[in-house]
Amino acid sequence: MSFTNEASRAIRSTLVLWVMTALIYPLIMIAFGQIAFPFQANGSILTNAQGQPVGSALIGQPFTSDRYFNSRPSTTNYSTADPTQDGAGLLKTGVSGASNLAPSNPDLLKRVQATITQLEQAGVQPTADLVYTSGSSLDPHITPEAARAQIARVARTRGLRPNQLEDLIAQNTEGRFLGIFGEPGVNVLKLNLALDTLNR
Amino acid sequence: MLQGWIQIALTLLILVAITPFFGRYIARVFMRQRTILDSVLNPLDKAIFALSGVRAKEMTGWQYARAVLYSNLAMLVFIYLIFMLQGSLPFSPTGLNAPSWDLALHTAISFVTNTNQQHYSGETTYSYFSQFAALGFMMFTSAGTGIAVAIAFIRGLTGRPLGNFYVDLIQSITRILLPISLVGAILLIAAGIPETLAGPAIVPTLENPEISQAIARGPVAHFEIIKELGENGGGFFGINSAHPFENPNGFTNLIELVALLSVPTSLIVTYGIFANNLKQAWLVYSIPLAILIGFIVITTIGEYQGNPAVNALLGGQAPNLEGKEVRFGWAQSALFAVFTTASMCGAVNSMHDSFMPNGDFVTLSNLFLQIVFGGQGTGTAYLFTYLILAVFVTGLMVGRTPEFLGRKIEKREVVLASFLILLVHPIAILIPAAITLAFPEQLAGISNPGFHGLSQVIYEYASAAANNGSGFEGLGDGTLWWNLSTSFSLLAGRYIPIVALLLLADGMSRKQPVPATAGTLRTDTALFTGITAGVILILGALTFFPALALGPVAEAFQIVKGIG
Repeated sequence: MSFTNEASRAIRSTLVLWVMTALIYPLIMIAFGQIAFPFQANGSILTNAQGQPVGSALIGQPFTSDRYFNSRPSTTNYSTADPTQDGAGLLKTGVSGASNLAPSNPDLLKRVQATITQLEQAGVQPTADLVYTSGSSLDPHITPEAARAQIARVARTRGLRPNQLEDLIAQNTEGRFLGIFGEPGVNVLKLNLALDTLNR
Repeated sequence: MLQGWIQIALTLLILVAITPFFGRYIARVFMRQRTILDSVLNPLDKAIFALSGVRAKEMTGWQYARAVLYSNLAMLVFIYLIFMLQGSLPFSPTGLNAPSWDLALHTAISFVTNTNQQHYSGETTYSYFSQFAALGFMMFTSAGTGIAVAIAFIRGLTGRPLGNFYVDLIQSITRILLPISLVGAILLIAAGIPETLAGPAIVPTLENPEISQAIARGPVAHFEIIKELGENGGGFFGINSAHPFENPNGFTNLIELVALLSVPTSLIVTYGIFANNLKQAWLVYSIPLAILIGFIVITTIGEYQGNPAVNALLGGQAPNLEGKEVRFGWAQSALFAVFTTASMCGAVNSMHDSFMPNGDFVTLSNLFLQIVFGGQGTGTAYLFTYLILAVFVTGLMVGRTPEFLGRKIEKREVVLASFLILLVHPIAILIPAAITLAFPEQLAGISNPGFHGLSQVIYEYASAAANNGSGFEGLGDGTLWWNLSTSFSLLAGRYIPIVALLLLADGMSRKQPVPATAGTLRTDTALFTGITAGVILILGALTFFPALALGPVAEAFQIVKGIG
């Protein structure tokens, strides 16, 4: 086999496989997704009564006030920014990220201590998920325990009965796959959207 | 805690249960026997062969190795050009320009070697076109290259001619990777993973409409399935399978876990069918399975018990959820970390940097050993190389010429095997790590103080050399030094072993079989399997034990003693 022969075979097979796996395959899947599952394929975007997008069913949002169930601490503040002061261009692409702090890093302890103090001042019993930052910084869930720990505070601020909130939490808890795989989580954005409709 | 163990056990059970079927199917494909998709795929294969000028001629070890190198070089140049030109190519809704030359080079090498080490964040660096047309392309071809090499190795070991690289590469894609990806991508889209060309969605946040949220999306689902099935592991988004759009729930997590270990587990059964000795295949299978289970136990216990310093603040025992998603919790996060480093996939659904030292110990050990099922194709080949070394060691003990599958193990085999196992990996990891650590301020980019910082550096090179691609991502690795030095480890860890494996297999296939006698050392017994496991632990792990002692082991003592 001569060099040119071998090189030509390498280049031609590269191009043929490229057309098949890098053009035809993705374009078929994109077309399939857009036709068969348009909601999921476009990011599970939730809309309000006016049809405007308010977020994604799969992506968390920052909630820190007493009027809402709070989400987990996030290193990117859930890929949010003030559009008038977005010098870094975060809103152009969206971001994800994590603290990557080692368990032996003193900075981790300092941060956790500060979060615990904040939660206790707000009258919320700290749980692990509320003091540790998530992997993606976009975690849509908190644990059911973390949601229940916030019932008293939200009920007080909104003048609601605690058992109303318990029902809402149950309705917005996403369970394990087949009851086995994964962990149950309360979808914070969906829960807070439901909370707003309750008050009206 | 029990619930966590049940999900882990069931996942393992599903994985083991599919291997005989998948392994048999792979064997049928490469033994050129009839398979169910023949009526569609035979004409497709013929067309691809004709267009690429491939004739199904048998290759020698050197020819096979040269074909691997030529084709991989062509692909490398091709995708490097796509990266550098992405600013003027279509499908770039976020208008991204070309990355720096060294980052593009590192990315291209990292994806051509089936590693997918990422010194960048997908959503902010590469356009949709670069992702699906360059990275997604390499996910098929680099995985196919690994499978092809493993099949050639198995053929050689069992006394057959090695086959033709292009035929094996093309058929591994058309008959294994692509059909499964088509089905898998449909399931993943239905389960919530996006598949769109639309740019990020910008929405006002509910709590404060003055603040906007940018929801990155893209053609993710089709990318996601081959990312796991091909043991590639490169995330569409910076944060990989922890991102809710790459892995939104327990169902997608299960699919990803099973997909990322399905090929290397099944290839052992494929070997058993080629060798016509399924008993030996299952005995060999038991070695990585036992190590895997042990590693899962060590890791999950660490994550379940959590960080003692944080537990003291919380006033009770709580799992370590730093860098973990609520929907996966401690069990699925720990399981994923062990699976992904065992299999050389390198996708992550939680941040390894924030794991307890138990997890650091296990993930590093997986990268050092490389055979806990191991990389796409190469893991299986390494496992059998250890078997050859074990035959040699036991042969020395009993004073007989060592034989494996009726073929004599001679000087050439032992030289190649020990070179492969004992030299390449340590050189590609420890030497660049030593250089980097000699200049901690200028080069290292360590983000966590103390012993963990050492682990960060070692992990990065181990991940590159083992072609895994996961990382302790706090490390500041987007620099010229890191891009170039890990490129060295990536290339050395990929192509030197591939050439050595092919030469080893070529030599074995040319040997005259010797008939088995009463004095022949049987290699399909539990005793021999146990000795092989011992050889693996001694040869594979001892070289790296000092690194483990100074990294995770020391960190564990530090945490017990109290941080600060």
